[in-house]
Amino acid sequence: MQTLFIVAILALGFLITFQIAKASEYVSVLRGEEKAKKQTNRINGFLLLLFLILGLIGVYYCNTKLQGKVLGESASVQGVWVDRMLHISFILTGIVFVITQVALFWFSFKYQASDKRKAYYYPHNNKLELIWTVIPAITLTVLVGFGLFYWFKITGNAPKDAMVVEVTGKQFNWEFRYPGKDGILGKKYFKNTDDAKSNPLGQLWDDPANHDDVYVSGEMHLVVNKPVKLVIGSKDVIHDVGLVHFRMKMDAVPGTPTTMWFTPKFTTKQMIEKTGKANFVYELSCDQMCGKGHTGMRGVIVVETQEEFDAWLASKKPQYLVANPDKDPSVKKDSAGVTASIKPL
Amino acid sequence: MSEALHIHSGAGIAHDHHEGGHGHHKETFVSKYIFSMDHKTIGKQFLITGIIWAIIGGLFSVLFRLQLGYPDQSFPILETVFGHWAKGGHIEPEFYYALITMHGTVLVFFVLTAGLSGTFANILIPLQIGARDMASPMLNMLSYWFFFMASCVMLSSLFISTGPAAGGWTVYPPLSALGQASGGSKLGMDLWIVSMALFVVSSLLGGLNYISTILNLRTKGMSMTRMPLTIWAMFFTAVLGVLSFPVLLSGLILLLFDRNLGTSFYLSDIVVNGQILPNEGGSAILFQHLFWFLGHPEVYIILLPAMGMVSEILSVNSRKPIFGYMAMLGSLFAITILAFLVWAHHMFVTGLNPFLGSIFVLLTLLIAVPSAIKVFNWLTTLWRGNIRFTPATLFAIGFVSLFISGGLTGIFLGNSTIDIHLHDTMFVVAHFHIVMGVASFFGMFAGVYHWFPKMFGRYLNSTLGYIHFWVTMVGAYLIFWPMHYEGLAGMPRRYLDKSSWVSFTQFADLDKMITVVSIIVFAMQLMFVFNFFYSIFKGRKVTTENPWGANTLEWTTPIRPGHGNWPGEIPEVHRWPYDYGKDGREFIPQTEPVGENESKH
Repeated sequence: MQTLFIVAILALGFLITFQIAKASEYVSVLRGEEKAKKQTNRINGFLLLLFLILGLIGVYYCNTKLQGKVLGESASVQGVWVDRMLHISFILTGIVFVITQVALFWFSFKYQASDKRKAYYYPHNNKLELIWTVIPAITLTVLVGFGLFYWFKITGNAPKDAMVVEVTGKQFNWEFRYPGKDGILGKKYFKNTDDAKSNPLGQLWDDPANHDDVYVSGEMHLVVNKPVKLVIGSKDVIHDVGLVHFRMKMDAVPGTPTTMWFTPKFTTKQMIEKTGKANFVYELSCDQMCGKGHTGMRGVIVVETQEEFDAWLASKKPQYLVANPDKDPSVKKDSAGVTASIKPL
Repeated sequence: MSEALHIHSGAGIAHDHHEGGHGHHKETFVSKYIFSMDHKTIGKQFLITGIIWAIIGGLFSVLFRLQLGYPDQSFPILETVFGHWAKGGHIEPEFYYALITMHGTVLVFFVLTAGLSGTFANILIPLQIGARDMASPMLNMLSYWFFFMASCVMLSSLFISTGPAAGGWTVYPPLSALGQASGGSKLGMDLWIVSMALFVVSSLLGGLNYISTILNLRTKGMSMTRMPLTIWAMFFTAVLGVLSFPVLLSGLILLLFDRNLGTSFYLSDIVVNGQILPNEGGSAILFQHLFWFLGHPEVYIILLPAMGMVSEILSVNSRKPIFGYMAMLGSLFAITILAFLVWAHHMFVTGLNPFLGSIFVLLTLLIAVPSAIKVFNWLTTLWRGNIRFTPATLFAIGFVSLFISGGLTGIFLGNSTIDIHLHDTMFVVAHFHIVMGVASFFGMFAGVYHWFPKMFGRYLNSTLGYIHFWVTMVGAYLIFWPMHYEGLAGMPRRYLDKSSWVSFTQFADLDKMITVVSIIVFAMQLMFVFNFFYSIFKGRKVTTENPWGANTLEWTTPIRPGHGNWPGEIPEVHRWPYDYGKDGREFIPQTEPVGENESKH
């Protein structure tokens, strides 16, 4: 019923506008076309000026209204650079935006058709054209210069003391692997992937580096002020590790591992205080469309102190022992029958 | 060459006389309106097909905006129309992704490529360079009919049970390669590829024809630097299309092989839904290179014709020459070259080598220089003019405004450092809709309002035109300007419901506002379409050959030119097309010989 109502209103509005438009054409013919044309020209010239003024006010209003909803301070060292680059671009493009838009609408208004004026024959001016080739070129050089300076800092090699976490995307959640005490992620091969055998990542159990690797899903823990290097992959389609608060992003591509590193600046608890939001969490969003569950492909990141992190990691059993309970010293102490009953899982 | 042409055109007249001036063959309805080889009719066919597609594509955007603005609300009418795709009046995720995929594909390729350059290249090239038709009218006709077939195949994919392609208009594999990963990647994706292959054929037939027509069929005196900028823009557009569409086709054929023949061009190490696939050694990123090698030139294929028409329309209606013709030409050329060298800026976060990335940053930001030159030259064209605000002029001014706004945000995205944060967020959506989508639509509207009298011998209702412009202009900014803020807040694009997130819920009111405005703007476009079809039959009649007081050749033809365009000889050209306001005369047509005392420019 409601929909029908809306459609009826729209159709009515449609009809009325069309009748007015048609009538105005007849009126203009009756009143003399030249006169009518001059009037519409004046009206449109005025509207262009009005659009400029209201538009600039609107831009300002929009900015004050929405500024607070955009992210606050970056939660990573690298993100601060991204924000700085953003600000540099804002200032430079902002100036150009205002100058050119004002010129466009002001000229349109000022030089609207008038019997008194003749258009000025002005086909070219090499000097002027040179000036506005050179000025944008210099401005852009500045932007490229700053941009690449930060780009190389961000994409350069991770520091040697960085912790390593492997991130794997799949439809539609995130899995993480920590390298354990040896600091090395064990080898894996996708054809070994078998959820039933507790080997969701396809780790090769004969690689000893795998024996202490810890697998978790959904939630990643990181240490504050410690650089972290993410080794990113995907099992099925392309996903993307998007970390808004850290201003970081990297695709997860099946078959081609990618990496990205950054240094978290604040623990989750500190961010709750800073933002004043009790429910604040660092979220990991999938930014590359990956199918029907894309919208819900959410991970959570907990940034904590080294002690908290160590305690958390220690509470997790290496996946090797989960998959091979017979090798698990804590299980071996129990009777052999219990081990057997776990196995089919 | 010009002499040969002269003879040819002379022969044409004799021919006409022989047939009594009624065209060469008996014209039937079919040969005149359906399988016509007249470039003007083919142009209109492209335009009308484009309009139909624009309505479909626009309607899709209204549907998914409903979802974005009102994710909790149920719209029972959706279930009535779309059945299980909108169970309980809620748009299903698969349907949502099918909608955005089709919206993108249809608008980018069918509307803004075929509907824009197909229409205006066809109508304007022969008329503005002084030719009786395209170099090959037959291929030209085939170009339309291949587009028509592509349209049929794409349309049919909307009605199959697994749904149309739903992997985004960029159809990145493996998502688009694996039916197990998405319903849209089943039959719908094959149809998408077939449709696009037909579309590429259409585009190549058209493009080669445009190029050879411009190079070979110019009338006497029409040197390359005397061509209107519209023609230069169409020329570069065609060059871009001819060089880049085949690359897309090759990429799509490999995708077809991966999908159906078990090859591994794009597939490697895949475990989908617990099923281990045998493919190894492929690279999913390869497809992105092939896709964007077309994909980036494609945005200029869309934009350049609009730029050309805007240059022409601003000059005619400010009664002033276009400022810096050679600089405009040079920047079109520079944009064309650079368009091929920036594709990987869509791939900064794919794991691309950062050094390679830095080269693409440089080349990408370089493209802002010719763009800036064009903007400054348009501004100077308006400066000290005597501007008539026809609906076409307003849309041209609107184009410049949008091009500035959207171009400047491109500087953010082209800078890889910022792109890390903004990549695949709503900022990108806002950016390309303003600079490529809406701006090109404005160029197209400007073209339609300006050349409608030439196409149909009648005017569009200009009051409706003014309403159309103002609602669309205000609406475009209301829809897309605030969207940048969503992107700055990191809100990913292609999310249909943010309620499960903590970080992206703050813009619910804004999304509602955007949805309401986009429905209004869509309704306004329907009114334009109504105006279009109504005016074809009932519009005010054109009574003079040259209603806008323009210099170019199309206004020397009869009000309703027949096939062959000029009843007599093709006029000879003596000057460039922009002598407006020279030596105290309002305009001097290209056909007028240069006077002895005329000042030089």
